Amino acid sequence: MNVPTDRKYSESHEWFTEGDGVVTLGITQFAADELTDVTYIELPTVGKKVTAGDAIGEVESVKATAEVTTAVGGEIIEVNATLADQPELVNDDAFVKGWMVKIHPDSSEPLTKLMDAGQYVAFVERAG
Amino acid sequence: MVPFAGWNMPVQYTGVIAEHVHTRTACSVFDVSHMGRLKLTGNDAESLLNRLCTRNLTDAEVGRSYYAHMCREDGGILDDLIVSRFESFWGVVCNAANRDKIVAWLEKHRSGTDVELKDETAATAMPAIQGPKTLDLAQDMMGEDLSTIKRYRFRTIELMGMPITLYRSGYTGEDGFEVVLPAGIATMLMPRLLGRPEKPHPDIKPAGLAARDTLRIEAGMPLYGHEISEDVDSLTAGQSWCVDLSKDFIGAEPMRRLQEQSLPRRLVGLELEGRRIARQHQEVWHGKEKVGTITSGTLSPTLSKSIAMASVGAESATEGTALEVDLGRTRVGAIVVKLPFYKRPK
Repeated sequence: MNVPTDRKYSESHEWFTEGDGVVTLGITQFAADELTDVTYIELPTVGKKVTAGDAIGEVESVKATAEVTTAVGGEIIEVNATLADQPELVNDDAFVKGWMVKIHPDSSEPLTKLMDAGQYVAFVERAG
Repeated sequence: MVPFAGWNMPVQYTGVIAEHVHTRTACSVFDVSHMGRLKLTGNDAESLLNRLCTRNLTDAEVGRSYYAHMCREDGGILDDLIVSRFESFWGVVCNAANRDKIVAWLEKHRSGTDVELKDETAATAMPAIQGPKTLDLAQDMMGEDLSTIKRYRFRTIELMGMPITLYRSGYTGEDGFEVVLPAGIATMLMPRLLGRPEKPHPDIKPAGLAARDTLRIEAGMPLYGHEISEDVDSLTAGQSWCVDLSKDFIGAEPMRRLQEQSLPRRLVGLELEGRRIARQHQEVWHGKEKVGTITSGTLSPTLSKSIAMASVGAESATEGTALEVDLGRTRVGAIVVKLPFYKRPK
């Protein structure tokens, strides 16, 4: 399984990177593969204040609809607008081009409680 | 692979949309071996099936298949089936999840009659080969004129000394064949159809059951557990075309009573605004009133529109009626449209 080691993972299959006070969030390739062809993505508006644990968006495929949950609270400072026209980017490249939102976090402390790549792989294998 | 009714099911190979589009433009092979295949022999097989099925099977033609329902006394649909009239027996193809139930139903009703029932599901395999290029490709492969097998007809031919039955039917809205053959030769035949992994056939590709679902929704075909179930009768489920109320069958009485009035609920097609997909059980609203529920929905790869089937009150079922679907967080507008959403070009 392709799981980059430079980021953190949640049990609801989101990934989080942190740098320069900005947290970037997307869903994992495993989640994208499970959903199959993504047909629609709903993301929050820039400037929206979110709380850790909030569902901030939805990813929809012909198979299912899944919520996107943030592990950190803060302000949405950017969303990946390309996904509106090209939701398939999430299937093609979930970890890079398929990023969803950038958050200015109130605190990045919740990220320390998430899984690293090795733990996430073990988590997926246990669940599967 | 996903477990379903005791089978491992191939849900997708390369991607649902790619497989869907390939089926509409070329030729796809679906493994539907999980479906139940039953054989009924004996002098009373016809009268038994006629008593249990919504379709009139009296004087059924040899070599012809009939789509029908089996219903409970109250009209609730036990399953939808394809019933085929062979020279000396009858074939019944039922849904995998309903196989035990249908076998038990047939067992119960055959007692005291001259009918023998055999479950041939495990001994046979069933690939469905679907798409506009299917006929030409199959004729090339078999070296035989198959165009004389008309829609909903079938023919048994020999391949490697084994009987193979080709049914000109399917669940995709495309032309094609559903093939029943001994399980042993199916594994040998598949590489001949699909090519070797290093040299796959350019026109024939495998497709999974997720694509089969989006294809059947576009074609407006019902799926057990969605448009049809024990909670609904064949008329209310919008399948009156397979019901003959002029004959007696189990479940006919309540349907006759319904027919005398006007049907209170109807199955309709909906086109939704935007690209959101309506899911089964979501509510359908007409102004301030909840009028029905979604039975199936998808984003149609062919039409590039969000489409759904829904069971709604008769007063909301007229084509062109503006309704709303509650998607959970938001409501979107939906227009009642004619079924099917897709018809293959003749």
